[in-house]
Amino acid sequence: MTWSSLFQTLVFLALLVAIAKPLGAFMAAVFEGGRTFLSRPLRPIEHFIYRACGVNPELQQNWTAYAASCLSFGLINFFFFYALLRWQQFLPLNPERFGTLHPPPGAIPMTSDLAFNTAVSFLTNTSWQSYAGESTLSYLSQMLGITVQSFTSAAAGMAVAVALIRGFARQGTDRLGNFWVDITRATLYVLLPISFLGALFLCSQGVIQNFHPYGQVITVEGARQTIALGPVASQEPIKLISSDGGGFFNVNSAHPFENPTPLTNLVEMLLILAIPAAFPFTFGVMANNRRHGRALFVAMALLFAGGCLITAWSEQSGNPALKVRGGNMEGKETRFGIAASAVFSVVSTASSDGAVNSAHDSYMPLSTLVQMFNLKSGEVIFGGTGSGIMSMILIVLVTIFIAGLMVGRSPEYLGKKIEGKEIKMVMLALVVTAAATLLFSCLPLLVNLPPGNYWNSGAPLASNLGNPGPHGLSEILYAYGSAVATNGSAMAGLNTNTPWFNLTLGLGMLIGRFLTIIPALAIAGSLARKKTMFTTIGTMPTDGWLFVFLLLGTIFLVTALTFFPAFCLGPIAEAYRIR
Amino acid sequence: MWQQLLPGLRMMLVLTVLTGLIYPLAVTGLCQVLFRDKANGSLITVNDQVVGSALIGQNFSKARYFQPRPSAAGNDGYDGTASGGSNLGPTNQKLIDRVKASVDKFHKENPSYTGPLPADLVTMSGSGLDPHISPASAVAQVDRVARARRLSPDQIRSLIDAHTEGRDLGFLGEPRVNVLLLNMDLDRQFPARR
Repeated sequence: MTWSSLFQTLVFLALLVAIAKPLGAFMAAVFEGGRTFLSRPLRPIEHFIYRACGVNPELQQNWTAYAASCLSFGLINFFFFYALLRWQQFLPLNPERFGTLHPPPGAIPMTSDLAFNTAVSFLTNTSWQSYAGESTLSYLSQMLGITVQSFTSAAAGMAVAVALIRGFARQGTDRLGNFWVDITRATLYVLLPISFLGALFLCSQGVIQNFHPYGQVITVEGARQTIALGPVASQEPIKLISSDGGGFFNVNSAHPFENPTPLTNLVEMLLILAIPAAFPFTFGVMANNRRHGRALFVAMALLFAGGCLITAWSEQSGNPALKVRGGNMEGKETRFGIAASAVFSVVSTASSDGAVNSAHDSYMPLSTLVQMFNLKSGEVIFGGTGSGIMSMILIVLVTIFIAGLMVGRSPEYLGKKIEGKEIKMVMLALVVTAAATLLFSCLPLLVNLPPGNYWNSGAPLASNLGNPGPHGLSEILYAYGSAVATNGSAMAGLNTNTPWFNLTLGLGMLIGRFLTIIPALAIAGSLARKKTMFTTIGTMPTDGWLFVFLLLGTIFLVTALTFFPAFCLGPIAEAYRIR
Repeated sequence: MWQQLLPGLRMMLVLTVLTGLIYPLAVTGLCQVLFRDKANGSLITVNDQVVGSALIGQNFSKARYFQPRPSAAGNDGYDGTASGGSNLGPTNQKLIDRVKASVDKFHKENPSYTGPLPADLVTMSGSGLDPHISPASAVAQVDRVARARRLSPDQIRSLIDAHTEGRDLGFLGEPRVNVLLLNMDLDRQFPARR
């Protein structure tokens, strides 16, 4: 921990607050259909899209119709993207001939299980990548596949979050809005403008944007070097603001063409957290309780800052076994150093984005513990684009319920009575996702595949680990935690490009995404019907420090009770091996 | 469900055209006009031959050049089509042995250097393509480069100073030296006697 890293963290947080509040108010106006400074140029395009898609923007959906729209949209995206990946060899913009009979050396074939994993991964906003972009995907697959899915999955996440918020804002109705209208507005007014400006800025700093074949170089010492190129700048900002996080290149934002300078690194971190950090304020405006929105933001920011401080300190302390000076630089870039890498790793895991600017597998055990806590607390520390506030509201419901039990009063949240139905739905989401993480993590340790098997390309599952001992277990726990939390970052030493891992991780992502969305929409449908009651002296306040600390306590309690034994066997056991 | 699929299909097609074709092509057009050199990879050309990218590291093994960090990209390091880190954990014996071998090799090639090495010089970067080393790692190699080129260490040191980039905006990231640009400048200013 140095003054420099403390200062970088503080400046980042200050900038985040400065962006989040106005962006939150802007998004509330967009989703309520109000006029904004972008309405004049974009309203005609918005109406053109409704006409082209046969959508009646006045039509309001109840929660089941909203959920059905969301699921069917996901299904269609899955089939389109899967076909695109499997047939990329027949399509244009493939100068490196991936998937053809004459691929470049080292290319990774797009098998059916890898295409399934990749398509699920991007439609669920996870972007787990069992492949390396520059040796697997054509430029067309990157553009029409990865880029488009980043937009649509982020828009769908934002739409569902807004529908959940409407459950609190409305009363005596079962209508939550129109899914098609919400994703159109999210894309047109929020995601596209930010991406466009972000792409131009990043390109001005050195992020590449072209369709050339890979560059051939004769180096200063006379050796041959091939440099992967491509349309990176257009994908980079949406990769970040969508909280999708699927890198153009294998090493994501550690690659100098994705993240060339410390300045772009700062901008990339802000892009990742901008929308998730704005959503508490959007919630505050739409549910007409700005103080509550601010309290949620404060709780998130406290957890975030704590994670940054622990990680920066642990990385700066370095690895005593290496006997070098200057902290743990294995897996980190010189231009970022310890501080900018440590903060990025917390941004990445807290936000469900999963873009990385350093190798998470080479972090010190305490930092790994922070990263895993961020993943397994259900991505509530700002969290994903839309999905973050959604998971946070679920945890708030648990908090209010527990507080209600303690004082013996029927719990209320923003004037809505919280009853058995809501709590059952919350528990469904929390228990199923936690169970999926732990059970999927157990399987590779228990299942003994025979030699020559199909499921793991002939080898036992344990042979996929990149590291021995507790660190190896951390790799598995991290992988399934990341998949179920729809984060997508990895301790990349674990080789997951085999049918076993591709399929189980894919299932984990589907569970993590849709078994949060569906219960959340069911809660919204139930709450919207209820009358909003007046606040009385007996109502539990949801805007002060008491509430913030109760909420933090609940987050720690739920995560600790569920995952503490697993943490003990992984990062905590490894921490005791450091000397 | 079926009545949802038709608008879903149309919405998917419209958004694909908008965000998958119009948006990236517009960005490409603007970037190729406004930032042509950077959009194409910041490539460096000498006598019509591309010798590298200012953003991508490359291998240097000769004593008269500054050497970059060890790289895990591809089999020989600095493979621009196979970015990657070692992904070795801090308690992995492979990592400890590898770093020890790098430290021993460095001390053999730079006998005048004493004390612990800067961490970046003997660890692998996350991308395997890191174009930079820390100023301390450059200074550690001065004696070797000076001897190989029969120059005084001070001449080399002032070149390092000229190539040291400070923190962005004074506080972001870390100070650094671009190895390729430094070595090219070294060749330009002090051509090696053959």
